[in-house]
Order: sequence, then structure tokens, then C-alpha cells
Amino acid sequence: MTRKPAWAHCSRGRTHTHACTHTRKDSSSSSSSSSSRRTAFSTLTSSTSPALAAWAEPGWGERARFGPFPSGRARWRVTLPRLQMGEDAESPKINHTFLRDYVTEADVISTVEFNQTGDLLATGDKGGRVVIFQRETESKGESEEAGETGDSGEYNVYSTFQSHEPDFDYLKSLEIEEKINKIKWLPQQNAAHFLLSTNDKTIKLWKVSERDKRPEGYNLKDEEGRLKDISTITSLQVPVLKPTDLMVEVRPRRVFANGHTYHVNSISVNSDGETYLSADDLRINMWHLGITDRSFNIVDIKPANMEDLTEVITAAEFHPHHCHLFVYSSSKGTLRLCDMRASALCDKHTKLFEEPEDPGSRSFFSEIISSVSDVKFSHSGRYLLTRDYLTAKVWDLNMDKGPVETYQVHEYLRSKLCSLYENDCIFDKFECVWNSSDSVIMTGAYNSFFRMFDRETGRGVTLEAWRESSKPRAVLRTRRVYTGGKRRRGDVGVDSLDFTKKILHMAWHPSENIIAIAATNNLYIFQDRVNPETQTQ
Amino acid sequence: MECAVDAQSLISISLMKIHNSRTQRGGIKLHKNLLVSYVLRNARQVYIKEKYAEIYRMQQYEEVMTVCNEIQELNPLDLDAEDADNEEQARAACCGEETSLCDPACHRGAAQSAAHVRTASTLLGCSPFEDGSKEAEPSDYRSCCMEASPVSHFDQFSADNNRHCNKTTVLDLDTHVVTTVENGYLHQDCCCNPPQCGQEAQSPGKKRKVEFGCCISDMEEISDFTAARKRAKREDCSYSNPDYTDTSNISNLISIFGSGFSGLLSRQADLEQICSKQALASLGAWTRAIVAF
Repeated sequence: MTRKPAWAHCSRGRTHTHACTHTRKDSSSSSSSSSSRRTAFSTLTSSTSPALAAWAEPGWGERARFGPFPSGRARWRVTLPRLQMGEDAESPKINHTFLRDYVTEADVISTVEFNQTGDLLATGDKGGRVVIFQRETESKGESEEAGETGDSGEYNVYSTFQSHEPDFDYLKSLEIEEKINKIKWLPQQNAAHFLLSTNDKTIKLWKVSERDKRPEGYNLKDEEGRLKDISTITSLQVPVLKPTDLMVEVRPRRVFANGHTYHVNSISVNSDGETYLSADDLRINMWHLGITDRSFNIVDIKPANMEDLTEVITAAEFHPHHCHLFVYSSSKGTLRLCDMRASALCDKHTKLFEEPEDPGSRSFFSEIISSVSDVKFSHSGRYLLTRDYLTAKVWDLNMDKGPVETYQVHEYLRSKLCSLYENDCIFDKFECVWNSSDSVIMTGAYNSFFRMFDRETGRGVTLEAWRESSKPRAVLRTRRVYTGGKRRRGDVGVDSLDFTKKILHMAWHPSENIIAIAATNNLYIFQDRVNPETQTQ
Repeated sequence: MECAVDAQSLISISLMKIHNSRTQRGGIKLHKNLLVSYVLRNARQVYIKEKYAEIYRMQQYEEVMTVCNEIQELNPLDLDAEDADNEEQARAACCGEETSLCDPACHRGAAQSAAHVRTASTLLGCSPFEDGSKEAEPSDYRSCCMEASPVSHFDQFSADNNRHCNKTTVLDLDTHVVTTVENGYLHQDCCCNPPQCGQEAQSPGKKRKVEFGCCISDMEEISDFTAARKRAKREDCSYSNPDYTDTSNISNLISIFGSGFSGLLSRQADLEQICSKQALASLGAWTRAIVAF
């Protein structure tokens, strides 16, 4: 089902299979409007109110300042793949309005990941496809005029391929979903890019390479490849490489299969660049990237008697710098840091991070909402970020007694847990991410909202990834869920939240303030134009 | 979007989720089913507590022994015949620990006489649940006991109690070992037998059971229940038994849980045994409080 909205955003419909063939037009109209907008923004930026004062200002208009960021004023703007804008001009005007809300299940994005440089962005969906976006590198004339330099921050489709197919385990009569659970990029070592993608059972290593030249001038063959008549050859020539249209090839290089009995929920590439770990509900395996027929089991929490099962592994990650350390989170809300130098089987943790439960807040659903859905090391390697159903917590590796920071993502849902249990929303697994300087954390919520928290001030801001408010280059305005007190214009009541619109997957550019948000089948890319480069603290 | 935060409805919802997970694509999700089983356990804790409160509300403390005989004829309408005032002070001390688990379930009002209300408020169990030391409002206790429906449940479950024992085939996904397990000990006749079916090793020292246990009979009961529930979950994970139909499974689960709730009522012999002082002294804090008064 092709979906062609009237405005530009990165729709994840079937049109992506033809994405690469579209010419990327320079839409001058948008740039002129953006420059006029930019002028308006520059007026705003010239005022000197500090960040905290900006927070206190009432009224949240289209151009309101927001952002408790270290720089004092961040403004998230929508940067959309220009591809979609070109498409609309060419295609016939078909009224797809009534089909707008129809989402093919297979198009739902299930993971988003930037590579180490941020030039490439990979997304996986429930249909087993991977779509890779590449950042535009040409600097436009108008951007230089306004003082912006460097990359534009727009991403275009680079390649699409089918990573996993639906499978069936005949021995256990189990159907294996093709949904891509995680994608992780390998550090780049040569011109090609490598990424790992996994579904519930099988991990695959893919090589993404470009070809933009081809040899021409063979002696024995002509351009079409037919053998030449030898008598016509009068001189010898050396074949030369001639530029051709860019072609992106994606080939599977390794398939790591049969390593897991339970569903794989995480993969993490080691800092040594040679190994990676994959975690399922009860076990964690370590693989060598070059060896597919065996793996090392480094964690096994399966009890001898499954009746005794009390917790499962929910996420795992290698330390960003120490190749012997990794952490895994459990459904009980604990984190375990393991050192592979201690023993071959790391069932015994080196450190256990656990927050004592508050007995006053006990409910039927205490176990569910304390289950950690995602764990991420900070870029510095000093902190851990975890997400459970209602909060995001920052832990210091040196302190295992409890988190050093706790952020309430949507505390207003605590009284709704029963309804959320009924409609299964309580089982949603939200991801969380750090920004490049580890000063801001971000995580998703419902109603297409996502939240950012500034660690320095502890303040949080709610933003929305929703097409009606995401025109190209529009500034995102902050949103608020009304939980009492003075109601402001634009506040959303808790009962009017749309729980089918959930932001589960997201990624933050490794060095810049560019974020990619997956909202069901849509991908949004936002950039902080005021501070495109993250300021070091 | 409010729903009834009621132990019974949560139990039925959880059962449906477990049942539906058998047929969903991608296989059983271990994590989700584990979380659902936690909700089941929590709901059952509350449900059992309410049952205890109701049972003890209806009898006088000194007549616990005769209560064991009368349990078969348990009828909440008999409340009127009892003199609640005498017992009020006797049981005042029983309202020690209370968990907030009761609170979500405490919002069902039902019309009952004031005498019962007072009795109920004093009777509500001190339970050695790991999770509670908060004392709820007396008004909350009152409504906790006002459950009119359990009677019908008992009738239904006692009927189920006489059902035939069922076998479960369990496949371990790792070792591919197939085990056939009897659900038989949940049957009324088998209640007094120690649970030795299948691979269950029910050591009383298990943490899970301590959480449940208020008294030995319930402990055994709950260990059976835990085992049955976990087995039910594992049974969901087993795909090697193509003969299973969905309807038979859901009825199996209900019969398991049903007999779990009514087992206490049917096992008179065990209760008599337990009601002896020596047995009481060895039980948890909850029953210790009763012994003290």
C-alpha cells in the first residue's frame, strides 16, 4: 500500500523500493521559505534571555524557545529526506486521505541505528527489511549565506534490502518472525560498511559497498561483453575505470544461526572490533565476527528447573572502551556488570546494580513496571542509562546502590496501569539514548511524544513526532500532558493520549544534535539548528 | 479507560493473555508470560487474602476446629447468626501488616450490615507478605471482604474439583526432553498427597512459596498452584503435543486455578491438623498473631 502524503516526511511505505531511482531535486522553494524562517529565528536568537527564563515563559507558540540544554537554547527542527518532496511533484494526485491511517504491519519500524560517524542511518522493520539512509554531504549555497556550514543534516535513502525472511523451526513447531529486533553497525575499516542485523533467532552480517566506477576498454570484449573478433584488434589498450551511476550493493557475509533457543533481544559489537555479543531471554553468547559455526556462552541464567524462573535478560551491551566488560539488564529491574576476565562463564556478576523497591508503591503491576526495557552505556563509559516503564534512570558504574538520577517519563500513567495491562501497552519496551556529550538523555512515550532530559538541570521537555506538526524545517514546539494545575493551551489530557502511537525506537547522532525517531511506520529526523555541533562541557 | 482493578478480573485477564500467547506469531514470549504470571501471582495473593478474611470473619476464633467441619456448608448468609461484638477485641491484633495490594481491590462496595463490617475490619489478615507493612485504612478493609461472588465461585470450583485428573506434556526447549506431568494432585482425592508429580521438587524453603504462605495448608496449596501455573506456562511452551485444543487448555487452566482456590475448603483433614496449637506455632507471623489472642 503506497502512502503519499501531501507533505514531505519520511514515509516508510513501499515506495522505498524505488527510492534510489528518484532524482534528488534541489527544491529551491523550500530553501527560500526556510531562509525567511531562519531570519525570524535569528531575531529570536538575538535576545539574551537565559535558558531558565525561557522555561518560565508562558505560552508555547510555534516558535517558542525551549530546551534546557547546556547551550541555553536548542531548537529542534524537522529535517526530512528531500526525496519525498520530489516524489509528490511527479506522482499523480491521488487522494489517499482515507488511507492515511492504514498502516501495513510489515512497515512498522522496529529499530533505528546511526553508524559511528553518523553518515549512515539504518532502520529495520517488522517485515524483515533494512533501509539505510545516507546523509547529504553537499553544502548548499544558501546555507553558506546564512552562516551554516557543513552537512545539511538531511538523509536520503541509500539502500534497501531484505535482511530476514519468515522462518519455521520444524523441530519445535515454532514460527520465527522476520522482524528485525536490532541493527548494529561495525566500526568502519575500509570503504565498505558492515552491519549486523538480527531477528529472534539469527544474526546476519551484511556488507554495504558502493560501486561508482567500472572498468572499460577491455581488449577481448566489447562494451556489451561479447567477444571481439580478433582480427579487428589492432592495438592493445589498458582498461580504465570510468565513473558510472552510483550503485549500492548489499551482500550477506556471515549468518550466525542456531545460537539461541529463546528470542534474541540485543546485540552489541565489542570495542575490540572482532567480537560481538547476542543476548536472548536467558543466555548471552559471544561470537567472533569471522566464525559462524560456534559461539561462546558467557551468561546463562536458565534455572535447572524452569519452575524456578523468576527473571529474564532484557538487554545487554558491551562497554564502549573496555572490551572485557559488559552489562545486562533483567526483568526484575537489576543491572549486572560482568567482567569476562573473571571467568569464562559470567553467571556471577562483578557488580549488581539494584534499587531497593519502595514498599509503599507496591501494586499488582510492580514487577512489570520495574522491568528494564533498555540499557545503554554513556559515551564516556562511566554511566548507564536504563528505561523501565515509567522512568529513565542514570546509574554510575561506581555506585551500585541505586541510580544517581531518576527521570519520570510519564508518571501520570501510574494510575492507569490496569487499563494499560488490559490493552497490552504495559509490555511496551521503550528505548533510551544518550546524546553525544552524555548531557542529555532521550526516550519515547505515547501519543507520538518523546522526552528529553537535561542531566544538568534535571528538566525534561516533551516533543512530538507527528506529521501534522512536522512540516519541513518547522520548529518543534514543546508539548505538555496536563496533570493538574493551570491548564495551558495545547496541553493534552491523560485520557486523550493515543496509546497506539508509541515512540519505542530512536537514535541520536554520535557527534551532532541530530535525532532519528521511529513512530510506527514513519521515521522522523530532527536537527538542532542552533547547536548543530554538540558543545563540549 | 478505567477498568476494574479487581483481583478476579485480573486473574481472568491474565489467563486469557497466556492463552492467547500460545497462538500468536513468533512463538511464546517468555518475558511477557513471566510478567503476566507475576500479575497472576499478585492477584491471587489478594484473592486468597480476601478469602481468608471472609472465612475467619464468619467464625469465632475459639471455634476454629468446628469451622473445619463446617467449611463445607460455608455460607456468607450465616454471618447474621454470629455475634460479632465478642470477637472484635480478640481479633483486633490481627490487623497487623497489610499490603497495599488490598487497596486496589478495596473499592467494591457491597451492602452488608454494620456488625459484619466491624468484624471484617478487625479480622483482616496479617500476612507475612514480603511486600507490605503499610496499614490500610479500616474503611478499605471493610470493602475488601464484601465479596458476594466468591460463593458462586466456590460452587463452581468445587464442581471442577471433582474433575478428572489431566496430564500435561511438557517440552524443554533446550534439552528437548519431553515430560508427562500429572495434574492429579490438584484433584480432591489427591490433595493430601505430597506433590511428587513430574519433575516438581517442592521444597518448602523456596522463596516463592514463602511469599505466598500464610499457613502450611495454603503453602502446600500454593506450591501446587505455583507448580501448576508454571507448568501451565511451560505447557504453553510445549509444541510437541498436537492433540491439545485451545478449549481444553483453557478449561484445564481454569480447573487448576479453581481447585487452587477451593482446595482449602475441601481439605478438612488438613485443616484440623493445622488448627492444633503445635502446627499453629510453626506457621508464619499471621497465624502467630491469631495464636496470641
